[in-house]
Amino acid sequence: MRARIALNIKSVDYEFQEENWLVSKSELLLKSNPIHKKVPVLIHADNPVCESLIIVQYIDEVWSSGPSILPSDPYDRATSRFWSAYIDDKWFPSMIAFFFAQEEDAKKAAIAQMEEGLVLLEEAFGKCSKGKAFFGGDRIGFLDIAFGCFLGSLRVIEKADGIKLLNETKTPSLLKWADRFSSDTAVKELIPDTDTLAEFGEKLQAKMIANK
Amino acid sequence: MAEEVKLFGIRGSPFSHRIEIALKLKGVSYEYIEEDLQNKSPLLLKYNPVHKKIPVLLHNGKPIAESIVILEYIEETWKTNPILPADPYERAIARFWAKFLDDKCMLAAWNACWAKEKEREKAMEEASEGLKTLEGELKDKKFFGGDKVGMVDIVATFIAFWLTAVQEVVGADLLTPEKFPILFKWSEDLVGCPIIKENLPPRDLLTANFRARLESSK
Repeated sequence: MRARIALNIKSVDYEFQEENWLVSKSELLLKSNPIHKKVPVLIHADNPVCESLIIVQYIDEVWSSGPSILPSDPYDRATSRFWSAYIDDKWFPSMIAFFFAQEEDAKKAAIAQMEEGLVLLEEAFGKCSKGKAFFGGDRIGFLDIAFGCFLGSLRVIEKADGIKLLNETKTPSLLKWADRFSSDTAVKELIPDTDTLAEFGEKLQAKMIANK
Repeated sequence: MAEEVKLFGIRGSPFSHRIEIALKLKGVSYEYIEEDLQNKSPLLLKYNPVHKKIPVLLHNGKPIAESIVILEYIEETWKTNPILPADPYERAIARFWAKFLDDKCMLAAWNACWAKEKEREKAMEEASEGLKTLEGELKDKKFFGGDKVGMVDIVATFIAFWLTAVQEVVGADLLTPEKFPILFKWSEDLVGCPIIKENLPPRDLLTANFRARLESSK
């Protein structure tokens, strides 16, 4: 999703190839990403680019005449990269831990970790947005994309467990940001509806537990 | 306006030395502050409250944490001796390898060296896979960055220097000229570069630390 949002922001036409990796991985995917064998992979003029945040930076640099995705100031860029790395390395694993947790205690621990992370991200939003609508300012930027792609999954958890991970008390700014992000033209059609995503999540969870 | 650059690091940490190498390559003057992991300074905790780790770069009072984020910041701020290619595709490839090194190789190599008897074989296999992949990427280039040292080489100093020290102490033979001739040659060339050499910790400091660790694990 991150790559598609970036391409949409830059108004780049692209062909989307859905991988049905619950079943098997396509030849092209395996050839384009032999090391990790994962999506997403962007193929531009026969050159494959792997790793979602690397793809987003690539898109930003190649289609430089479109709206900028990363901020222009090096320190702001570093801040965006720092928080994106935090999301991928620390926060997202707690979400995975929740999906894999089979006992109540483990689920509670994962939720607590996610909530702690969201409070940090709420604070980061205050600093990065500088009073504007998105982490990136007036428009969606790198950190919005890095974090926003998980909103669908967040909503699945909220619905399934009846908890409000984004809420008025602890994360009021993120709560409002989430709506703005989801309704942005570059994003709108990409976030799957909660029930479809929940169903996909169950199949994925079953497959991954079976593979362990 | 005088620029204020400070680096909070730990002597012997590969992450810390990466930053020193990059700063020195670009001719940036900085003040180095040695941290004690058992007794972290209030400044470190203030500048990196999220992870509470080194390295942290402070530039004109603004802190940046996470070594690869710092390297990209250094590249964008000081333009002498670029460590990333100019072409966006080449840059994407460099970023991919830096991430692969940190996320997969480093951990696998470290685990292989310290693995308990039962897990050793599997850990060694995994680590060897990583090194084989690196060997394949290097091919006929002198450095990952081409003719000159680049960001990937800087990140990979763990393999070129730290790994060779650890494997000597624990008796693992992961990176050898027989198994990975290209990677082995690269490691010698890299460690032989003046700026790299001057900014690596003394090898006996590393081997002493690793020996102490080995003893205490027995």
